[in-house]
Amino acid sequence: MDHQVLTTILFLSVVALTIFVTLRASRSSSGTSDFYAGGRSFSPVQNGLAIGGDYMSAASFLGITGIIALSGYDGFLYSIGFLVAWLVALLLVAEMLRNSGRFTMADQLAFRMKQRPMRMAAATSTVVVSIFYLLAQMVGAGTLVALLLGVDSQTVKNIVILGVGVLMIFYVTVGGMKGTTWVQIVKAVLLMTGSALIVVLVLAHYGFNLSELLGAAASNSGKGQAFLEPGLKYGATLTSKLDFLSLGIALVLGTAGLPHILIRFYTVPTARDARKSVLWAIGIIGVFYLFTLVLGFGAAAMLDTSTLDTAGNLAAPRLAEEVGGGAGSTGGAILLALIAAVAFATILAVVAGLTLTSSASVAHDVYNNVYKKGQATEKEEIKVTRIAAGAIGLVAILLAIPAQSLNIAFLVALAFAVAASANLPNIVLNMFWRRFNTRGALWSIYGGLVSAVGLVIFSPVMSGKGISETTGKNQSLLPTSIDISWFPLENPGLVSIPLGFLFGIIGTLTTREKASEERYTELEVRALTGAGAEKASSH
Amino acid sequence: MAHETSAPHEQAARHDPVYDELHASDDFAELRRRYRAFVIPATVGFLAWFLLYVVMSNWASGFMGTKVVGNINVALVFGLLQFVTTFAIAYAYSRYSTARLDPLAEKLNARYEEAKGAQR
Repeated sequence: MDHQVLTTILFLSVVALTIFVTLRASRSSSGTSDFYAGGRSFSPVQNGLAIGGDYMSAASFLGITGIIALSGYDGFLYSIGFLVAWLVALLLVAEMLRNSGRFTMADQLAFRMKQRPMRMAAATSTVVVSIFYLLAQMVGAGTLVALLLGVDSQTVKNIVILGVGVLMIFYVTVGGMKGTTWVQIVKAVLLMTGSALIVVLVLAHYGFNLSELLGAAASNSGKGQAFLEPGLKYGATLTSKLDFLSLGIALVLGTAGLPHILIRFYTVPTARDARKSVLWAIGIIGVFYLFTLVLGFGAAAMLDTSTLDTAGNLAAPRLAEEVGGGAGSTGGAILLALIAAVAFATILAVVAGLTLTSSASVAHDVYNNVYKKGQATEKEEIKVTRIAAGAIGLVAILLAIPAQSLNIAFLVALAFAVAASANLPNIVLNMFWRRFNTRGALWSIYGGLVSAVGLVIFSPVMSGKGISETTGKNQSLLPTSIDISWFPLENPGLVSIPLGFLFGIIGTLTTREKASEERYTELEVRALTGAGAEKASSH
Repeated sequence: MAHETSAPHEQAARHDPVYDELHASDDFAELRRRYRAFVIPATVGFLAWFLLYVVMSNWASGFMGTKVVGNINVALVFGLLQFVTTFAIAYAYSRYSTARLDPLAEKLNARYEEAKGAQR
């Protein structure tokens, strides 16, 4: 049996498994607390796994492995940044959010602010961040499937994107948060097991000697010791070094501002369980990012990396094939198909979380609290969430098809930069600064959002990089005849994150509007003690 | 929900005076002090430690390339130490909050539930 057939069978098994768990979860769902927060009755271990499943995206698994395989040590920054970021979530965000919010990021941000403008702003930012992230996953799915099935046809890619879109609408409309959570748990287990298997096989090949693996990677890469040192990808100029710094800051500060991560903290009974689930998540995610180091250097050591795609997205599946016995062998075909199916499961779980988050925000924040002034019934709200999930799914499909020329890592980094610039300053100032008021909060969200997106538009990502001498391809998104670039960095975080904070502070101080003292007192007490926090539903 | 319509929805929801009581208590002041005493230094610490790592990778590549044992260099050890410190801070916070924060939070929460019970 060749690997295409096997891959197809395993892909369909993954899809069938996720549909099964979604249908099972849907049987016990009723009311908004079940639909948005899974009844707040998941255990810390389950939620820790689900957080891992929500967080470890295809960009991590395929992207980081690829970057390390192609540029060596510099790719490790992604692994480290993505992990250290969890301390921000653990220390400053998770428990307080669980205690003071209900379903969405806006619940917490609007706690002591004017409801309608604040919820509108938070919902806007939620949808923007989620859509960028969604596009990355869907484009990744299209590329992955087409390349693995060995057909580089646009039609196949479009069909895959359509299929992923339909599946994510299904998970969310049928399974709600319970279904989505189970899909993420299944994915986390598959991803950890699959990558552990490849890691063990790679290490065994080098007698479990890390130094030997690194040596082989350095010599096979053709770049020698420089491959194991920082600077190969980002060390050339001052601009590229600043880009490295900017990327690092955006990764660390972005995670705790990602709406689809934030709403996972609502799915457990208490703030203490939210803390425990983050601890589990840190353990799982930490081990996974250690795996990426071995996978990346393993791919550099064992594969001819010049035959990979330019982004290195296929390094992980090709490595699996190699350690299984090489191309053409049965073992190779099985492992390749297995890892490809795992990567596909990874994508499905992440898109489900993103779709749920953005449609919940549209229904709960925009429809109920802005449009209906908080008077909508639970049934109406859930109905609107289902409609919104369908609409967001459709928009994502329509955007993903033309977006296929975009680099996946770029889209994810952009989502992190927007989350770090628009959401994190708000979360921090809201919790820790008594004077912070509605105007400051609005300035901070919209200011951070516009700065992050705006700086990218005028960055080398959009225009001005010219034609690559090695590949002969245009390196920017716009045609080479247009050059609107003036901002030198590809990642805007270094400038847009401080701007997000600055907008919040200036917006607050330049108005006479008083912050609600009473509500801040209430927020502080609730956040730290859990007094009045939403309880788990009992069934 | 009907009683809330008198307050304009433009403003945040109604305020319960029990929160003012709790906020004014010594237990709450102590809880907030203990919480901040851990998270502020820890946050400053891990952010500075991470930035040091990024800055060293950028501007001290010679030092980072120094071999420690075999092909394992300072850069790799430094990177792996970021994992170690992340796990260590997470573990320390878990221990600290269980011992020093949770008992106070539970006590205050019990007072809240009691006040709520009396209102009903």
